[in-house]
Amino acid sequence: MGEKLPRVPGGARLHSDGLSRPVQTLRVKMVLLGSSGVGKSSLALRFDKDEFRSTTPTVGCAYLTRVVHLSDVTLRFEIWDTAGQEKYHSITPLYYRGAHAALVVYDVSQRETFVRAQVWLKELEKQYIPGSTVIWLVGNKVDRAQDRQVSVQEGQSLANDRGLLFTETSALLGDQVCELLLAVAHRVHECIGAQQGGLSEWQETAHVDLHRRDTFNPFVSCCKVGP
Amino acid sequence: MDGEAQRSTASWENATLAPVDSLRSERAESPMPGLVEGTEPGAGQKSAMFVHAQSFEDLTAEGEDEREAELDKSGECADELKVLVGEKSVEEQHNIDVTSETRTKEEDVCSEAWRSHRKHVFVLSEAGKPIYSRYGTEEALSSTMGVMMALVSVVEADKNVIRSIHADGCKVVFLTKSPLVLVGVSRTSQTDKELLRELLYIYYQIVSLLTLTQLNHIFQHKQNFDLRRLLAGSEYLTDNLLHRLDRDPGLLLSAVTCLPLASSARDVVSSGLQAAKSESLVFSILLAGDRLVTLVRKKDQFLHHIDLHLVFNLVGSSSSFREGEGWTPICLPKFNTAGFFHAHISYLEPASQLCLILVSTDREDFFNMSDCKQRFLERLSKRSAYQALKEALKCPSYSVEQVAIPELRHFLYKSKSSGLYTSPEFPEVYQSDAEQERLMGLYQDLHSSLHHPSRPLRSFYRCGESENLLAWVTSGFELYLCFSPLGTKALALSAVNKLLKWIRKEEDRLFILSPLTY
Ligand SMILES: Nc1nc2c(ncn2[C@@H]2O[C@H](COP(=O)(O)OP(=O)(O)OP(=O)(O)O)[C@@H](O)[C@H]2O)c(=O)[nH]1
Ligand SMILES: [Mg+2]
Repeated sequence: MGEKLPRVPGGARLHSDGLSRPVQTLRVKMVLLGSSGVGKSSLALRFDKDEFRSTTPTVGCAYLTRVVHLSDVTLRFEIWDTAGQEKYHSITPLYYRGAHAALVVYDVSQRETFVRAQVWLKELEKQYIPGSTVIWLVGNKVDRAQDRQVSVQEGQSLANDRGLLFTETSALLGDQVCELLLAVAHRVHECIGAQQGGLSEWQETAHVDLHRRDTFNPFVSCCKVGP
Repeated sequence: MDGEAQRSTASWENATLAPVDSLRSERAESPMPGLVEGTEPGAGQKSAMFVHAQSFEDLTAEGEDEREAELDKSGECADELKVLVGEKSVEEQHNIDVTSETRTKEEDVCSEAWRSHRKHVFVLSEAGKPIYSRYGTEEALSSTMGVMMALVSVVEADKNVIRSIHADGCKVVFLTKSPLVLVGVSRTSQTDKELLRELLYIYYQIVSLLTLTQLNHIFQHKQNFDLRRLLAGSEYLTDNLLHRLDRDPGLLLSAVTCLPLASSARDVVSSGLQAAKSESLVFSILLAGDRLVTLVRKKDQFLHHIDLHLVFNLVGSSSSFREGEGWTPICLPKFNTAGFFHAHISYLEPASQLCLILVSTDREDFFNMSDCKQRFLERLSKRSAYQALKEALKCPSYSVEQVAIPELRHFLYKSKSSGLYTSPEFPEVYQSDAEQERLMGLYQDLHSSLHHPSRPLRSFYRCGESENLLAWVTSGFELYLCFSPLGTKALALSAVNKLLKWIRKEEDRLFILSPLTY
């Protein structure tokens, strides 16, 4: 299903001998949030296929999966790429509810998307259970240096204030995109994977057994760890 | 004048294709002996696929008021028909300017180019706030919109709902669908009714994004609400729908067309979809580009062709479903204007044209839908029918030569009971976009004549400089034929019979004869 080994610039070991060694595969629910046009789908496409292509705005939400191999575990990212258009806002809670990772994306060349990102952060915080979600602030389109409206410092200090992680990317050039996914993978594994019941295990056969909704509903939080 | 109107007469009598016995009882009622609704070529075997009770007439009836009903619809008077036909002149009808249909938002609204677009469409709120404009930005147009609102409110205050204004080769048509007002400004020869029909499509497009309930709610709370906020990023859907209205025979005929496919293969695909069911699933639709491969529905639930066209438009306009699986709320306004369905939209394979749409009632049922797709695909890929389907994609249409009727260039045939139509690819002479749109314009004229609100015609023959046209409607089908200018009327009349025979012979490839339910 288009799941490939990532182009990893270091940090993780690729398992070319994947089949010979049983590695646990854990499911990670990740959501992409942010204004329309900031490049969420472009980032998702980079995650998935390492390609860049101009697409039309997302309608509703797009779901894709991506497998990331870390040294001792495999993470199966189930990515919900939401639509930034206002008319879809009422349904986005469906997607960030129970997410293990949330990427809040803005466009460094559009200040209002940075403002909007802060609104998303507030909304997430309402739901936030410390230790249950890795929230990452992402400033995209750094290739548009001459049109930059939000500086690196501003992004970084917003992240610091809220205790978030921060990366600037360019989906166009592929800058920092794979690194971002890998960093998210490590972080999620460290913070959530270690907890009891933090991440559920993924079984190849799971989808055959979907009728038991209670055991396989992404909209029900699979991580019930609280303070 | 070359035009000639003709009601069903003896000359059609030998067009009987259906088995005579089964039809005897209905013969007297039928305008065309021998072909009653449900037995015409292309009619489904079991049950209609769409809500065929909602025909073209129902569609526009909504936009019109009762005064219309008082008019005599029988069209009995032959003299009247002649007058109607005599008014038309082929030349003046089609001085089409070849404007590019790409979105030209930045266009100066005072420019000649802006004014000369063939058809403008505006949507505003009842408070007069601009919502959509086909050309030019809504801001630049706000004074124009103001004038329109003034017109609407003046006449409405008089309890005399404004319908249309004709001036200077221009028609202005109003459609008030609270809380929206839609205005069409056209230089085409389309009738008010046709223009209203198009405005209604635009109205449904907007409703399908937001639901009528939400629209009403918004404007009840804030009359001055700027709806563009909620429609931002979706204007391209309306743009594309308007483009389709000029070009897609399906929207004109209130019908959809199928991918030609051997019925054995289609049946396998259909039963595959039937098997991949789920409790919340209402419709499973498989598309190949703008063609329907098959549609399976919940028992007793019908999908209206307008809703299906809105789905076609959504899928055809968005490349975003190519990446991963789409999951979106969608209102199917002819089904229910009040609520959202949730559609799982994905292509069967990454570069495939085959797009599967699973319409569910449950917004939390994504994984079930995803699983339905997976099961369908797994099952289908094991069958040879999948290969046949992929082969069929390579020739999604057929050439008119296959019909082997001299001088016949093109035709549209709609089976009324199934809501499906068939049409060959455009021949050499209609290769350019401009020529295709011109031909569509001619078909639209014929359509207007056949569906004239007060004086509908049963059949209509018209000679023109570039082509001769024949249109014919019965209770079972609608047929539009385009001949080279060398064709004669006698030839055209004899062609009908031959064409119907050909369609009958090919019907199990061109139509969906056995629609399934879960
Ligand atoms: N220069 C530049 N353009 C980008 C970059 N990422 C995305 N884009 C462009 O920005 C536009 C919007 O990108 P999308 O990925 O569709 O944005 P989105 O956030 O998914 O938007 P919605 O789906 O409407 O919420 C497209 O034209 C992309 O080609 C980037 O890193 N640099
Ligand atoms: Mg997107």
